Amino acid sequence: MNEATLETPFEMPADAQNPVEPFLRMDRMPHIWCPGCGIGTTVNCFTRALLDSKADLDKVAVVSGIGCTGRVAGYANLDSFHTTHGRAIPFATGLKLANPELQVVVYSGDGDLFAIGGNHFIHAARRNMDLKVICVNNLTYAMTGGQTGPATPSHVISATSPYGVFEPSFNLVQLAEAAGAAYVARWTTYHVKQLARSMEEVMKKKGFCFIEVISPCPTLYQRRNKMGDGLDTMKFYKQMSKTRNGAPTSECALTKAGEIVVGKFVDRDRPGYFEMMSAQMHETLGDRYASPEVMCSEC
Amino acid sequence: MQADAKGVLTGVHFLDGDHACCEGTLAAGARFAAGYPITPSTEVVERFAQRIPTVGGVFIQMEDELAASIAIQGAVWGGAKAFTVTSGPGFSLMMEHIGYAAMTETPCVFVNVQRGGPSTGLPTLPAQADMMQAKWGSHGDYGIVALCPNSPQECFDLTITGFNIAEEFRVPVLMMLDECVGHMTEKVVIPEAEQLEITPRRYTKLPPEEFRLYEPREDMVPDMVRAGAGYRFHVTGLTHDERGYPSMNVETQDRSVRRLVDKLKPFSNGRALFETEDLEDAQVVVVSYGITSRVAQRAIQLARAQGIKAGKFRIISAWPFPDQAIDALAGRVKAFVVPELNLGQMVHEVARVAAGRAKVIPVTHAGGTVHNPEVILNAIVEAAR
Repeated sequence: MNEATLETPFEMPADAQNPVEPFLRMDRMPHIWCPGCGIGTTVNCFTRALLDSKADLDKVAVVSGIGCTGRVAGYANLDSFHTTHGRAIPFATGLKLANPELQVVVYSGDGDLFAIGGNHFIHAARRNMDLKVICVNNLTYAMTGGQTGPATPSHVISATSPYGVFEPSFNLVQLAEAAGAAYVARWTTYHVKQLARSMEEVMKKKGFCFIEVISPCPTLYQRRNKMGDGLDTMKFYKQMSKTRNGAPTSECALTKAGEIVVGKFVDRDRPGYFEMMSAQMHETLGDRYASPEVMCSEC
Repeated sequence: MQADAKGVLTGVHFLDGDHACCEGTLAAGARFAAGYPITPSTEVVERFAQRIPTVGGVFIQMEDELAASIAIQGAVWGGAKAFTVTSGPGFSLMMEHIGYAAMTETPCVFVNVQRGGPSTGLPTLPAQADMMQAKWGSHGDYGIVALCPNSPQECFDLTITGFNIAEEFRVPVLMMLDECVGHMTEKVVIPEAEQLEITPRRYTKLPPEEFRLYEPREDMVPDMVRAGAGYRFHVTGLTHDERGYPSMNVETQDRSVRRLVDKLKPFSNGRALFETEDLEDAQVVVVSYGITSRVAQRAIQLARAQGIKAGKFRIISAWPFPDQAIDALAGRVKAFVVPELNLGQMVHEVARVAAGRAKVIPVTHAGGTVHNPEVILNAIVEAAR
């Protein structure tokens, strides 16, 4: 902390409120995330995106899986679901299909979404299910103590790869594009403005949208790999990131210490699941097709 | 309330158990199903996929059973009545989400058309070997209700009952068919919609600021809400307090887990579903369920023809086990004969409740076909000696 700050005492006005507070369950603070962790930063960006998008917050639901990022659902002052490990996307699929007026955001980590939940991710993208998937990628399983995950780069030391990771990792943005996502972007927690803007964009975009946020885990990943603390990681992100909007996702693979390509890579229009279902049913059933009224009549 | 006529296929039909079960889901108000193909259960959702676009609802074929069994729960919180269908290996995969439904008190229905196991086992042939798994298969202590129809007609009727119980108690209800019942074709009478009693979801009447998601009422069941209604609620599979917030303390764990189990106690007692015959003078009672109850019926007839005082107790609600009814019999009969298409599962429950007061004789069968009635008869004769 810089000394000048200490010498200038700041008096909090009595009626002061952080603009993001209404979006959080303040009765659950303090949160469980470690000092230097990037998840809180992404939540801050998300709340600003909600503010800026002027979304009706009663119609926004957050669905998380298990893990550090999985805890986001518990802090968001929205209809929020902390589901089982890896299954946030299929839960969100059911929620969205039963109640299409909801804007359903899946907020989870790299291990949850791409190892145990990887199958669900590619199928939801294939269907172009109208879900907004935010993946906080801290490159490790943090909640369980820093084990190797599907996004952990080669040569990284982890709790289960004490001699270094030797299996290749997924390039998440390429995977998302290949599976059919309508929108694909990547930022780091250094890029708060860009991240908030991307989040606002996906709130207004139809179809399966994917945002990867590279985020530090100073407690496990950075410490074990001698990459410094949270602030050092911000410096690393600043130095190594290169914004290349529209870059081919095949050129965006991450390495342990190399360049981090960030930007919006994919923004395309594909017919959504509901649209395709409705078109097909109208074509084959004509007037006999009854548009889904899934919610029970007594609701 | 009465059934929504849109889903009720009123009339006299010739249906197999799987199709009758599907009609039961529609009559009960299910407008969302997620499934993954697996023999011998797929016909339930095949029919649903065919029927639902003209009724008004959604069927989605998911990428696996894990996805199907959690998608239905998303749909429930979105406001739908929902179910999934599976068998054997798929039932094993759904175990985690049966636990999630129990923990989060998500009313939903799982249909399991039992086939021979373990593992891939006998995909096209019957067994009743998932009965203990239905009760104990997910980790931790929890409560579920399991129902065992023994005919296509009952596949229709009991599926409606299952949905109603799910809503009343906010539990996952497991429809434990077997391959024979699922694939046998018989007359199924579907009444007019106004003759079908449907339990609506019990939504809270409290405003959001007063509502607590897991505040139980006197019957130990909390009221429900749905997403998008302005309640800003939180659902988690973690141990949670009455607000729904994670709470990692021993007191909350004890209070909430006991409630999940205790709220179903009526099914051990007055609410248990079963069918009896010739019990007044019975010395030997054959306890059976599902397809085996129909084989047992023949064995009981043959025993009566020989002058043996045999009676029938057909379990319909297998979980919670009908303790009270078996207990009442145990004090006055000589023996229970328990045939089932497994190497002995529900027989342990009969023995637990009988507690040594009556002999308990298992008639086991590894599955693949049904018992020969003679085998059950021999056990009855032996028991009567």
